[in-house]
Amino acid sequence: MGQAYSAGLTVTDNIILRKERILPLKGQVLVKKGDHVKAETVVAETLLPGKVVPFNLANKLGVTPAQLMNFIKIEAGQQIDTNTVLAETKGLFGTGLFKNDVRSPVKGEVESISSVTGQVLLREPRIPVQVKAFIDGVVTDVMPEEGVIIENKSAYIQGIFGIGGETIGEIMVISKSPDAEVTPAEITEACAGKIIVTGSFVSFDVIEAARKHGAKAIITGGIDDQDIKKLLGYDIGVAITGHENIGITIVVTEGFGKITMARKTFELLNRFNGKKTSIHGRTQIRAGVIRPEIIVPLPFDETELVVKESSMPVLEPGTLIRVIRQPNFGKIAKVTGLPEELTKVESETLVRVLEAQFEDGSKMILPRANVEVIET
Amino acid sequence: MQYDEKRLTRIVATDCGSTTTKAILIEWVDGEYRQTIRGEAPTTVEAPLNDVTKGVINATQELEELARLKYNNPNIRFMENGEFVIPRKGDVGVDAYVSTSSAGGGLQMMVTGVVASMTGESAERAALGAGAIVMDLIASNDKRMNHEKIERIRELRPDMILMAGGEDGGTVKHVVEMAELVSGADPKPRLGAGYKLPVIYAGNKEAQQHIKDSLADKVDLIVTDNIRPKLETENLGPARDKIHDLFMEHVMKQAPGYNKLMAWCQGPDHESVPIMPTPAAVGSIMQAIAKEENIEVVGVDIGGATTDVFSVFTEDFIFNRTVSANLGMSYSISNVLASAGLDNIMRWVPLDIDENYLRNMIKNKMIRPTTIPSLLEELVLEQAIAIEALRLAFEQHKEFASSLKGMQRQRDISEAFSQSTSGATIVNMMTLDLLVGMLLINAFLPEGITRLAVDSIFMMPHLGVLSEISTKAATEVFRKDCMVYLGSCVAPVGKSKVGKPALHARLELPDGKTWVEDIPFGEVRLIPCGVGEVAKATLRTHGGLVLDEHKSKELTIDLHGGIVGIVLDTRGRQPFVIPTDRAERIATLKKWMTDFKAYPDKILK
Repeated sequence: MGQAYSAGLTVTDNIILRKERILPLKGQVLVKKGDHVKAETVVAETLLPGKVVPFNLANKLGVTPAQLMNFIKIEAGQQIDTNTVLAETKGLFGTGLFKNDVRSPVKGEVESISSVTGQVLLREPRIPVQVKAFIDGVVTDVMPEEGVIIENKSAYIQGIFGIGGETIGEIMVISKSPDAEVTPAEITEACAGKIIVTGSFVSFDVIEAARKHGAKAIITGGIDDQDIKKLLGYDIGVAITGHENIGITIVVTEGFGKITMARKTFELLNRFNGKKTSIHGRTQIRAGVIRPEIIVPLPFDETELVVKESSMPVLEPGTLIRVIRQPNFGKIAKVTGLPEELTKVESETLVRVLEAQFEDGSKMILPRANVEVIET
Repeated sequence: MQYDEKRLTRIVATDCGSTTTKAILIEWVDGEYRQTIRGEAPTTVEAPLNDVTKGVINATQELEELARLKYNNPNIRFMENGEFVIPRKGDVGVDAYVSTSSAGGGLQMMVTGVVASMTGESAERAALGAGAIVMDLIASNDKRMNHEKIERIRELRPDMILMAGGEDGGTVKHVVEMAELVSGADPKPRLGAGYKLPVIYAGNKEAQQHIKDSLADKVDLIVTDNIRPKLETENLGPARDKIHDLFMEHVMKQAPGYNKLMAWCQGPDHESVPIMPTPAAVGSIMQAIAKEENIEVVGVDIGGATTDVFSVFTEDFIFNRTVSANLGMSYSISNVLASAGLDNIMRWVPLDIDENYLRNMIKNKMIRPTTIPSLLEELVLEQAIAIEALRLAFEQHKEFASSLKGMQRQRDISEAFSQSTSGATIVNMMTLDLLVGMLLINAFLPEGITRLAVDSIFMMPHLGVLSEISTKAATEVFRKDCMVYLGSCVAPVGKSKVGKPALHARLELPDGKTWVEDIPFGEVRLIPCGVGEVAKATLRTHGGLVLDEHKSKELTIDLHGGIVGIVLDTRGRQPFVIPTDRAERIATLKKWMTDFKAYPDKILK
């Protein structure tokens, strides 16, 4: 077999990006096709349904659910304020003396009233939600009431794992080389509002210093599992992240532990040092893979906006790969052969393998599952 | 419709998993059905390809290439122009294509009940039995406030909801209240905003009209028979059938490429063969085995994201399945560490390794879930994690798979299997049989006498769906190519002191030789006895150790062999103890692993 499909992360100085910016529920789109937008521009907004407050009105009033309908003062769909009378008894012998009423604990709308359970559902006022463009670009499509598609030309790096949501800042490379580490002392006020690049590893103390000085995000080769636990207060069981509210976004390009950042990634970040960048740590490695993204918008002509058809990365002789498991974790190599037969590796597992040559000229047989294609 | 070898000579079956699409070729060769070739490719249900059929094409192409090599025939093709050719015409085409699927996260359901341990559990059993992952069980008595339940329903976004509650003719109030909460949450389906969320109501029939009043406008409401018509009766069939129908009609149709895949799944007369959820197909074949062999079966499928445990009791052949949703060996591997704790994992590691290295290795596997251990040391570490994942999943299964709560009689699964003399444990894993044998025994700690087997290349799902069109092909392949008997495990129950006499065993082996030993407590012996062979064993325990549920101290019994052989395990049960001191633990584990012949000597030196 001359080629095979493989996993891969994109690291490129030039890609046409297409980003869907969609509301969680139908709402209003605020821009139109052809508009040039900045990452900070609000492109769509909506009102999410308010919180539902269940309320057993029959119990509160001291009547049976069936009797409730005789005393009810509201109807489904009605707007209510805090203290609106929801139900009221008629008082002693129907005279109005000693009558009892129940008032609404919230402002909002009556959702439903049940004569079977005596329960009413009250819905609090709607909550406004805004969606921003996230990247500088042009609106190329509008889905009425739902959102927009924004396209641009960017330098683009996919991380392997991240935490924290979308943010925007300027890249600031602090590490001297892809295998160097940064010390807390190197993190100063100058990092405020910046996306800092730290080389092969970021320690808990460096993260704390970056937070203290108001850095927006950190890009690192590696991170320690225990430092993330300390940072979040819990252990990550399943890699579904991006919602953490820790005041900073972290994007890991290689993995856990101290791992030299891929030279190409480091060089690209250096090249765009000081440039405005959009970044997020959102990761989902189950059912719909999402990886963190680092996006540096580039000047473009609208005629350039032709998105390449997606395809799976292909392994074939000459493909540049990164080893993603021990031994040689993190090393870059070139595929030199793709033998068809199953081959026994040190762990005695029979697997499909490839032959590869490392940058220093040495050769090795590797399980195909343990490499990823470096997409360009 | 069932077919025989006259119409079915070549079948392609695929299982579209969340990571990998696995294809097998089944052929009628020399007067019997055999599984001849397997191939696989990454599943393509997600971006960038967003079309499950691309992965099926890739996996089938691998089958074709391997078939051409095997038969030295360059003309063999199963597909033309990207579609299966059905029926087969000579070298070209297949007579049927069938598939199971758990891609895109499988079937994700939420269930509701009134009492969590009664109607709630019945609903959960129905959903699990139909092949679903149960995201949450919401019940009137689950101690959450009503507004919390509404928030939870709203955030879950399941593929469908199954609602149970109340026996027929009983009180309607609680089940109607639950419907009101669901209505208030106004839940949306996970995939596609263009259709209403399917909700199956299988509760008190007296409440049906009230449920319709509450829910009919907001969801796609389907009403079926009560899952628990009386306290002492469980009627899961109608609800399970509805789940399967809706899985095809709603969920599958929303997943990218599934319309095409559904059209591809055809028998020889171009009739449609429904795609089955993977676990439902496994359950179906497992139930068939238990019935045919009249044995009680525990099965486990440890996957990347989840671990499924299946069991079938001989009594009425009741089938139970549990899904430990976050216990798995890749996506969820980090959660095994969180659930089991580092100490429990380390107790199976015969190496002096840095704990931080292990933690980071686990996290790296989580973020790159398709990598495999290339170094022996990493294999040992992954096996230690697998033992704990299996142990935890089996514990959850034992808790769940008991007979109906709320009744006096209770017979639980540990009672059925812990001292069974006919139980078989089936596990889906790859080769390395001695290792798998050790892993199964350490994880499940079978008690008394248990037969062990593995599914050779994970083809039970394929055979489960194949049985829809040919029971003959499915069962023949199951016996000849799927089941690989590892052998039998004898493990006396009770405790003693290491080194004291524990088990006197006399085995008359098929080659005429006799194996006799007084095995001290705390040891393992592995005696070769091949597939299809039987050793006549006379077993006698010492001290307080017993061999079965009747507390027998002496047994004469046939022990079935396999590719591992017969394991005599005197390490004790209830309790099973591993030394806590690090150095002592490593020495003990190395001795056991050497006895099991599970790893090469170099790592155990």
